[in-house]
Amino acid sequence: MTATIDTTVIDSTATPAELAFDATGAPPVGRVRTRDVIRGEWIKLSSVRSTWVTLLAAGVVTIVFGLIFSAVADSGEVAGRAALLSDPLDIALGGLSLTEMIVGVLGVLLVAGEYSTGLIRTAFAAVGRRTKVLWAKAAVLGASVFAVSAVAVTAAAVAGQAVYAGDLPTVPLTDALDVLLGATVYLTGIALIGVALGFILRSTAAGIATLVGAVFIGPNLMNLLPESFTDIFVKYLPSEAGSAMMTQVSDPELLSRGAGYAVFAVWVVGMLGLAAYFVRRRDA
Amino acid sequence: MIEVTNLTKTYGENVAVDDLSFTVRPGIVTGFLGPNGAGKSTTMRMIVGLDAPTSGTATVAGRPLAEHPLPLASLGSLLEAGAVHPSRSANDHLRALAVTNGIGTSRVDEVLDIVGLGDVARRRSGGFSLGMGQRLGIAAALLGDPSVVMLDEPVNGLDPEGIQWIRNLLQDLAREGRTVFVSSHLMSEMELMAEHFVIVGRGRLIQDISAEGLRAMASSDITTVTADRLDDLVALLRADDVTVDSTERGAVDVRGRSPEQIGLIARDHGIALAGLVPHRRSLEDVFMELTADTVQYHGHGSTPIAA
Repeated sequence: MTATIDTTVIDSTATPAELAFDATGAPPVGRVRTRDVIRGEWIKLSSVRSTWVTLLAAGVVTIVFGLIFSAVADSGEVAGRAALLSDPLDIALGGLSLTEMIVGVLGVLLVAGEYSTGLIRTAFAAVGRRTKVLWAKAAVLGASVFAVSAVAVTAAAVAGQAVYAGDLPTVPLTDALDVLLGATVYLTGIALIGVALGFILRSTAAGIATLVGAVFIGPNLMNLLPESFTDIFVKYLPSEAGSAMMTQVSDPELLSRGAGYAVFAVWVVGMLGLAAYFVRRRDA
Repeated sequence: MIEVTNLTKTYGENVAVDDLSFTVRPGIVTGFLGPNGAGKSTTMRMIVGLDAPTSGTATVAGRPLAEHPLPLASLGSLLEAGAVHPSRSANDHLRALAVTNGIGTSRVDEVLDIVGLGDVARRRSGGFSLGMGQRLGIAAALLGDPSVVMLDEPVNGLDPEGIQWIRNLLQDLAREGRTVFVSSHLMSEMELMAEHFVIVGRGRLIQDISAEGLRAMASSDITTVTADRLDDLVALLRADDVTVDSTERGAVDVRGRSPEQIGLIARDHGIALAGLVPHRRSLEDVFMELTADTVQYHGHGSTPIAA
């Protein structure tokens, strides 16, 4: 059984003959364009059912928990963490603490999973400059999480407040836009921090442990430290900067909204930059 | 063309690749052989640019692969079989790779046909057998219609029909003028495929030799003889440049005379030969000898349990 290779590539999207093997040694014409690497990453993300199911689940969780909290909330009758939520908008967005976990872990999994299958090395070898793969992955997941979050937090805010049965006045959507934007940007940034951790640690277990431990639980443990100490730097942590992006009333414990955005951006860009450094320098 | 020049890779104390230099030329299949742990995979990873050499260079068509504008068109490689997401279909896996180098879906369909996965292309690749996974990896390597094809142990998991298919495929690719570089730790399978061999052990080059050269090393000047009046024949054969050893089965191993010469002596003295078997070592034997002291992972026979 002989296999034959047709040396001419007849194709609609690739420039024909230019990619075909030329025995005289003339190199093919063309180069790896960033937009093509992004298209490749988009195909990867959309072709695995569990990925977009997880994204949808994150959205659904946001809405469902918002509805549950809102339905249960009644002035004076809430308990536990819900008691800390000051108004119906906050209550409707109560599911975010779960959503941020889901999107953060998804970011880690998408990257660390490719390290464990070895697919990341195939991608690096095919693209030449490895960091293109990192930025393309970040762009594709970031855009996806941004889109899903924007829809989900808006739906949660509307639906949650619609079922709210307490005495506090609800917040109309037009006044809530900056909170919703803050929440959307926060979730997107957490997913990107997950991607960065995936590239830096290259292991699912280490990535998730670091994400959950350092980003989510860490700030709570800071409560064990003396307040004068924590007051200075806790508000600069990603989760606290994120809260600053989402507050409606300025909280003396947190940064201002603008400062919150800036600090959070530094975290996200900084982590991705660190990941890019390692991707470039280390053996794949 | 692949050129490896004084390539060295150390991991702390461990020298995985030690000052390796060789050239892989287009137009033939070149086999890359060595025992497990010899540094073949590490060398290939450095050619692809996944690992940085500690010193020395590895280039494809004169430049490191990372500097090529379309890496998949310059070098198609299979280094890790099974580097696929199990939930993804073979078709999507290849499309995602193809699109990064501007390769279209018709080429994806083409390579799937070449490797025989056309019918199962839309199925989850997690359900693939070892051989199918191997074929998918080969398909990915062929996507860019590359000038250089480099495969690390491609026959692992293939059945005999698959092994023959891949042998024909690689020889066809070489005949078209491409550079084909295939690694294996089994000489028996490479013997039928390759025209040139680069043999390594413990990171060092042992032989960089054509197949004829290796076959010449395999020839031997020993002949096993059985005859009715063996002792008479042996007496006739004895000379300064001849050694005769007895074998267990009542035959003798004669070194220093060709089978023709032995036959003539026997005929001239009326001795009937029952057996005249020239020794020929297989390339595998030569390979085992060349790499004998570089084998790192020895098995041991099972020891009987004392009663």
